[in-house]
Amino acid sequence: MLGRDLRLAYRQGSDVVLALAFFIIAASLFPLGVGPDPKVLAGMAAGVIWVLALLSVMLSLDRLFQTDYDDGALELMALSPVPMTLLVLAKSLSHWLTTGVPLLVLAPVIAVMLNMPAEGFLPLIVGLAVGTPTLSLIGAIGAALVLGARRANLLTALLVLPLYIPVLIFGVTAVDAALAGLPIRPHLLLMAAILAAALPLAPWAAAAAIRTSFQ
Amino acid sequence: MKIANAVLPFAVGGFVILTGIGVYLGLFNSPSDYQQGDTVRIMYIHVPAAYLGVMIYGVIAGSSLSLLIWKHPLAELIARASAPVGLVFTFLCLVTGSLWGKPMWGTWWVWDARLTSMLILLFLYAGYIALSNAFDEPGRGNKPAAILALVGVVNLPIIKFSVDWWNTLHQPASIIRMDGPTIAMEMLTPLFYMLGGFTCFYLMILVIRLRSEIAASKLRIAMMSGAMASNPEADNQQSASEPGRREMEKVGG
Repeated sequence: MLGRDLRLAYRQGSDVVLALAFFIIAASLFPLGVGPDPKVLAGMAAGVIWVLALLSVMLSLDRLFQTDYDDGALELMALSPVPMTLLVLAKSLSHWLTTGVPLLVLAPVIAVMLNMPAEGFLPLIVGLAVGTPTLSLIGAIGAALVLGARRANLLTALLVLPLYIPVLIFGVTAVDAALAGLPIRPHLLLMAAILAAALPLAPWAAAAAIRTSFQ
Repeated sequence: MKIANAVLPFAVGGFVILTGIGVYLGLFNSPSDYQQGDTVRIMYIHVPAAYLGVMIYGVIAGSSLSLLIWKHPLAELIARASAPVGLVFTFLCLVTGSLWGKPMWGTWWVWDARLTSMLILLFLYAGYIALSNAFDEPGRGNKPAAILALVGVVNLPIIKFSVDWWNTLHQPASIIRMDGPTIAMEMLTPLFYMLGGFTCFYLMILVIRLRSEIAASKLRIAMMSGAMASNPEADNQQSASEPGRREMEKVGG
């Protein structure tokens, strides 16, 4: 299952590339928007990167279930002996591998572009590594809920973004703590706790949502 | 429905009497705060609104749970009927809080934990309403919306304990405490009247909305069975948005 989704994503590489291109282009808009003052940019670098990571994960969520729902593959998967929660978990994992991991690689580049101090890099990367799987998992709930709805993309944004806020807050405070010379462990542990809670609960909720879409 | 009809007169009476007493006591018969002056009276709207915003979400989550487990049709109606009321109360809480914050904290809005989690609650209500109306088939959105409501329950303990977990501008809980309330009795009494009055108001609106929802679904069934041949999609809920959509389709294609 995981292999199939990864292969699909790889062969239709444009989706992944589009999400990443959005990430980079949107990041480069900020220096143009607020002016190229290095101090200002350094102050908001972590926030900008995190917000853009949220948005690019969110934009690629429709890939998660929508195409399989449209061509009926999702219904066949639901009929297969594999439990639905595992399917959702595999799909979220492949979504994370194709969206979250490339973001991890790109984030330091953006951080340099935005003039972020070097102490912030480690918490940013670790935070993204712990936080983006959570984003994919929570996003799976949102993507599953809107299956068959009108204007599904806008609706996903409305549903998912409020639920993303905690991850965003702890991700940014970890970087801020590092820049202020404070310990970053508590923030990262809190993010890990959110991930640990989302890992069993989100696939369960998403699986229930997918089942309701087959009426 | 019989229970609901029986509750309605009590709810209306309770709302009028309790809110009346609460407003009188709150505005004319309670002391002004020694630091805050008369602005403390905003509390008599702010606190009940906040409490109802959170409580109604709890009601929605509870009935969503019973909808998903027992498929009880009334649970679905209660959740649908409550959501806009909860949205309005949450909004009212944020607005009064903001009006209160301007003279007290010197700012309309701060991004502290209580305010932010209340704002998230507002977004959750909006998402809930949008999701339950997002499907063409009436009733199709109920279950996804119920799942969303249950996911959003995570936010409720965050709202409750946000003032204890984070060091914020918003004051910590002062009514429900282990060592008794820290508010003066003269202020607490009108507050309780207002809480009771607002709850009765919610019950009143809930019953009225339940009646209209039931009437609407009866109407829908009647129209579906009566007008199947001519226009199977005609139901009174969609009729409002129908002309607009037709126009959009004309423009689009």
